Amino acid sequence: MGREGGRIIRPARFAMKRDPRPGPAAHSGYIATAIVLLAALFAPGQARPQASAGASTASAGATIPSAALLQPEELARILRSPGGEKPAILQVGSHVLYAEAHIPGSEYAGAAGEDAGLKTLRDRVQGWKRDRPLVIYCGCCPWDRCPNIRPAYRQLRALGFTHVKALYLADNFGADWVDKGYPVAKGR
Amino acid sequence: MRPRLRPGPKAGRILRRLGFGLGIGLGLALSPPGLQIPVRAATGPPSPGEVGRRAPNFSRVDLDRRRITLADYRGKTVLLDFWATWCEPCLAEIPRFVAWQREYGAEGLRIVGVSMDDDAPPVRAAYRKYALNYPVAMGDEKIGELYGGILGLPVTFLIDAKGTIRFEHRGAVDPNQMQEEIRSLLQRR
Repeated sequence: MGREGGRIIRPARFAMKRDPRPGPAAHSGYIATAIVLLAALFAPGQARPQASAGASTASAGATIPSAALLQPEELARILRSPGGEKPAILQVGSHVLYAEAHIPGSEYAGAAGEDAGLKTLRDRVQGWKRDRPLVIYCGCCPWDRCPNIRPAYRQLRALGFTHVKALYLADNFGADWVDKGYPVAKGR
Repeated sequence: MRPRLRPGPKAGRILRRLGFGLGIGLGLALSPPGLQIPVRAATGPPSPGEVGRRAPNFSRVDLDRRRITLADYRGKTVLLDFWATWCEPCLAEIPRFVAWQREYGAEGLRIVGVSMDDDAPPVRAAYRKYALNYPVAMGDEKIGELYGGILGLPVTFLIDAKGTIRFEHRGAVDPNQMQEEIRSLLQRR
């Protein structure tokens, strides 16, 4: 297991052959695509239908609005879209589980279910622009019983962050991200 | 006749490129989940935590500073419980495990807890609060990987007297089912 930077399992490439060097037209297209995706996903107050979230999503809506939930496949799509601005991704749960597997590029930001973890989160985002797109995730337990995701969301909103999304992991990070084949990195 | 306004060649190229990008972006953003392109990762080696495999050995010092070596439990039926103090479903299982250790200990059941907490103090507090009658050691990512990745709790393995994993539960499980599994393993000893 690589500690430095971690081993990354990359998603399978599409079979279509093409020139690996994107031309100027491709760059313009990529930029426009990224702008549209990010605008669509992080537009404040925009309600998006949640696929197969069921009662869990409805329950979570008490503290995290459904418009602020991000489905794993949506985040995976953002991660694999070339170019463009990516959201900052923060894991707000267990450090041990983060070390086992986490979303590439995400940072550990403390277990938000505890005061010390919330302080770690506050310190981590200090100085960030309040309209910066953020994605938080945990996945330590089933969504309805996760002790971390809601406190983290509330904390970031209280700090004034306007574009916060919570990754909806119905069962846990293993079942809803790793087992789905989405990219994973290891290490602390 | 009014002349049609046409962009110059350079402006036209830029507009076409932007339109192409916007079209793809909108298409992806608005497509239903069933039409999304699936992403598959390399599968890597088979999970070592699968039922039928030899339970990977590990050695740790427990909360009472006694060494736990899984291989030393050969000849016993082992319930290996990965849990954490912040995991509500894990805590719900603990009183049951305490009762089973008391009830089936004489028949050869040994429960071993591995906490995936980041720090020991809350685990010590829970150990006292729930009056655990079985050893608990602190886990880490290495032991998690040994057992196929502990990426959501609770995870429970039932290991037979020969050291083979016979049952594996990821997530909370019906206690009656697990009790039946334990009984079946105890009878096979």
